Amino acid sequence: MLDRLKEFASNFFVTGEPMIYMSDVAIVLVSLAIIFTLTYFKKWKWLWREWITTVDHKRIGIMYLISALLMLFRGGVDALLMRTQLALPNQHFLDAQHYNEIFTTHGTIMILFMAMPFIFALFNIAVPLQLGARDVAFPYLNAISFWMFFFGALLFNLSFVIGGSPDGGWMSYPPLTELPTDPGPGENFYLLGLQISGIGSIATGINFIVTILKMRAPGMKLMKMPLFCWSVLASCIVIIFAFPALTIALLLLMIDRMAGAHFFTMTGGGNPMMYINLFWVWGHPEVYIVILPAFGILSEVVATFSRKKIFGYASMVASLMVISIVSYLVWAHHYFVMGASAGVNSFFGVASMIIGIPTGVKIFNWIFTMFRGRVRMTLPIYWTMAMITCFAFGGMTGIMLAAVPIDYQVHNSYFLIAHFHQTLIGGVVFGLLAGLYYWWPKMFGFKLNERLGKWAFWFFNIGFYVCFMPQYALGFMGMTRRVYTYPADAGWTSMNFTSTIGAYMMGVGFIFMVVQILYSIKYGERDLTGDPWDGRTLEWSVPSPAPEYNFAHIPEVEERDAWWEMKQKGQSLVQLNHQKPFEPIHMPNNSGRPFIMSLFFFIAGFGLVFNWWWMGAVGLLGVAVTMVLRSQERHDSHYIPAEEVQRSEAALGRF
Amino acid sequence: MKTWWRKGLFLGALGLLFLTGCSEKYPLLDPQGPVARKEYHMLLLTTILTGIVIVPVVILLFVVAFRYRDRPNSKAAYKPDWHESKWLEIIWWGIPVIIILIIATVTVKETFALQYPPEKKEPITVEVTSLDWKWLFTYPEQGIATVNYMNIPTDRPVKFVLTSDAPINAFWIPSLGGMQYTMPGMAMRLWSQADEPGTYIGKGANFSGKHFAKMSFKVNAQSQEDFDKWVEEIKSTKPALTNEGYAELSKQSVVGESAYSSYPEDLYMNILMKNGGEYMPNHWMMMENQKTAQPTK
Amino acid sequence: MSTAIHKSSHGSVHESPKYKGKVLPLEYTSHEGPLNILGFWIFLATDLILFGCLFATYFVLRTHVDGGVTDKELFDNITSFTAETVILLTSSFTSSLAIFAMRNNNKKRLIGWLIVTVILGLSFVGLELREFIEYYHEGYTMSRSAFLSGFFTLVGTHGCHVSLGIIWMISIITQIARYGIDAINARKTFIISLYWHFLDIVWVFIFSVVYLTGVVS
Repeated sequence: MLDRLKEFASNFFVTGEPMIYMSDVAIVLVSLAIIFTLTYFKKWKWLWREWITTVDHKRIGIMYLISALLMLFRGGVDALLMRTQLALPNQHFLDAQHYNEIFTTHGTIMILFMAMPFIFALFNIAVPLQLGARDVAFPYLNAISFWMFFFGALLFNLSFVIGGSPDGGWMSYPPLTELPTDPGPGENFYLLGLQISGIGSIATGINFIVTILKMRAPGMKLMKMPLFCWSVLASCIVIIFAFPALTIALLLLMIDRMAGAHFFTMTGGGNPMMYINLFWVWGHPEVYIVILPAFGILSEVVATFSRKKIFGYASMVASLMVISIVSYLVWAHHYFVMGASAGVNSFFGVASMIIGIPTGVKIFNWIFTMFRGRVRMTLPIYWTMAMITCFAFGGMTGIMLAAVPIDYQVHNSYFLIAHFHQTLIGGVVFGLLAGLYYWWPKMFGFKLNERLGKWAFWFFNIGFYVCFMPQYALGFMGMTRRVYTYPADAGWTSMNFTSTIGAYMMGVGFIFMVVQILYSIKYGERDLTGDPWDGRTLEWSVPSPAPEYNFAHIPEVEERDAWWEMKQKGQSLVQLNHQKPFEPIHMPNNSGRPFIMSLFFFIAGFGLVFNWWWMGAVGLLGVAVTMVLRSQERHDSHYIPAEEVQRSEAALGRF
Repeated sequence: MKTWWRKGLFLGALGLLFLTGCSEKYPLLDPQGPVARKEYHMLLLTTILTGIVIVPVVILLFVVAFRYRDRPNSKAAYKPDWHESKWLEIIWWGIPVIIILIIATVTVKETFALQYPPEKKEPITVEVTSLDWKWLFTYPEQGIATVNYMNIPTDRPVKFVLTSDAPINAFWIPSLGGMQYTMPGMAMRLWSQADEPGTYIGKGANFSGKHFAKMSFKVNAQSQEDFDKWVEEIKSTKPALTNEGYAELSKQSVVGESAYSSYPEDLYMNILMKNGGEYMPNHWMMMENQKTAQPTK
Repeated sequence: MSTAIHKSSHGSVHESPKYKGKVLPLEYTSHEGPLNILGFWIFLATDLILFGCLFATYFVLRTHVDGGVTDKELFDNITSFTAETVILLTSSFTSSLAIFAMRNNNKKRLIGWLIVTVILGLSFVGLELREFIEYYHEGYTMSRSAFLSGFFTLVGTHGCHVSLGIIWMISIITQIARYGIDAINARKTFIISLYWHFLDIVWVFIFSVVYLTGVVS
């Protein structure tokens, strides 16, 4: 019995690496510390009531943000481990298997568990406030989205200590990831973790489309909407049309692995190409899903900090929409060299280049928004400038990759690695950081320290170029992606070493960011006005952080930049409080069910990972029961009495 | 202000980095055959065409941000409500359209050109099979096979016909140009050619499992006489590759270089068919091969 | 729930000119009604793409039989899948009749037609299961060939959707029985009927793309 238990444990838990044992210890210690703190300060109830059961978009946004930053840490540590291994030739810091696992988790985590929750955090925080709404269209579904993401990410990350990490690359191409060549449970963690969080993403897409189409303040026509909301709309349209393809790709591969089907196997008539098509039909739109909101953020930041209207609003809207449509027509550029005919390659190559046109227009418009403005050099504008610069050059190498004959040479080389990191870090992350610094006071009621932020900025930025410019060179030297080591005579040593230095500089930048946040929690400048940046859109018309109901009175919107125009006319929401009587406010109820339902999804997922069918069945049954309970629910909202609204506004100094 | 010169200093340092890097080997920037050269010229062209727009734009960004930065007593103009200009917008929808149009035209032209053999000469065929984690090269015309290295004659188009008897990989010789995936069950064509005798490094470019990093191979380009001599030598000194030998070879392992005087005639076809070749559009590729084996232009 | 409060607290929902001056159907009168219905339409769009991907996969793998059974040989029992089709089409019709009864505020009829719909749905699922079990006993399983993998997954996914719809519909029937036809139940009933029609349309595609194409080929 004991022997069997021992054998089970040695398969169940990941063993053999000192690093893993250290992480095990760290995980146990941190968990104990969290449990102890929550118990000691009697915070369990608070956690449940205020956070786990919340359906408030602002809190869900904050939870998304915290998760995204944690995942940025994990993905970043993965990156540093890889760069350490590659700093010098023939190193044995990581072995082949371990390296393969790490690049797989790095890619998956960064795109799906860092970039996605990060954009969702900003969607949640900014969109309802910008629209003059009291919440999203489906607050309950919003909570489900978050918890599905959370448990999906948890399941995926669990593979680090239990069962073993996936090792098939973040695209997880079959037939490599089929059972014969990848028998371990790691790949199952990948499939189920992504599947569960993917359901949440689709729900978020639907939620925000309806929110934007239906919940705008009176008078806010679509063409008067802040550009960030437009970018969210564009992004969500891409989400709802792209994510189902991922769902199917993952589902079919899972059926292959668990039921012995032959969708993508080498035998039985399977066709691996089909997976690759399905994956990229989602995969390429996915990068626009994460970059479009960044474009929106930049439009807000540039206008606000230039104290000027955004230049070419209509062009901006048009370019967002063009990008979201053309993004569906470019997927095959991920495999020009997979035997497609010259005609097919030309079509997808040219379609990919066309994306460059609306993107270029946006850059011009941002510059001309600054032109004849008053540009305040704050952290958001720093990151904006960094983003435009980096993304412009990233776009340039993107056009090179879209030029089919060049792709014939640099495909899957470090040139490609450098390119997509330049667009995904230089574009998405820089843009999201601009948004983070911009909306931070609205989220938490205080500003982040500028000095520490600038240290972080410079370390991260310079580190970025030091890390990735040499990788373009490595691509020209013929270094392919995903190699865990290289020979000393390849001539790649100096560039790799430089790149590693850059990666560590970015790590230092991240530490500065953490220090900045911790420092600012205690000493950061408090925002008492609700409008620390002299903003233009409605989120700055309410206190920071916004009260539960956001707006005591929904403002009537007449122009673009509604809040700016109100200020020009000497109006404010405080006046509205005096002019109009307070009325009861209709708000959704908190609910623990989204959490519990997602927990059941997690249980089902965990069972399926190890082919423990009973556990999968229990989980799915739990999901079904919670869904029926939800269907039976008839009253999921309440009214905040007028007097309470009045009291709360008075406490905020607004009445 | 301090921040701007810091940026400049950094850019300078970066430039130096690249200058010092020039002593390294850059096979992509030093093409050794007509295919790689075509691709290299395309690279130069797009760099210039995109660069002439993007570099000035980024400079403009910094100039504008600097000129209109918020400071006391700024004399720069301030027009907070100026937000539209039909002509300006036409210009910057126009510029990228023109640039993309040029690049797109060249791209399409070159993409179609690369379907054909680089020169009007009788090509030599090499069948390539990627295995876990090694490369098998079979020469249908010469009847020999090699592992992890190949010899090819110079000044003569090489037609690689690629497949895989393992998870997907990709075949790449940076100096000679072009890349193509190796897909189980599919036979795909890649044209290549070497100008000068020399040894070039080839790579497996798509992750295919644990020891994927070990999947490089050598390509020895030599004159036709030397190549013929080499073929004779292989035929007379090396053992034959049997079906059993292939079964052993295709197991997961990392091996060194080796060569075989012969191999089972239908080996390549069997590999294709056992991995679902009957369902793949191989006939199309094969016919295309026949059709284009002789240069059409 | 007075309309005045909705107006003041939830912005533009009732401001939309499309609804102005017209009498709204009951399912659109609550605050959540129009939101949920629009949201559900969008969900159906995503579900359509999901099925689109499965159809594409099936279409690619249709001939990949690996020396095993072909679609022509598999679908020899024409009555079985024709019966499934007739039953599901009829259930779509009865779910429309349910909505019709709801519009006439006839609770008994509404429940009656919904129950008929559920029974038809159950018999559809039953027939499909019987068909699958039959194939299984003949050795035609998912792991036999790519074609069979594609077939079982596509048709099975549709079957799962129908089963889920049945559970959902039963849950709504119990609520109508308890609380009558009000704005909330009207919205729920309207949405489930949308879902049901959608599944019907998907089945029409399965019928023609999978079964008919198979029989004819």
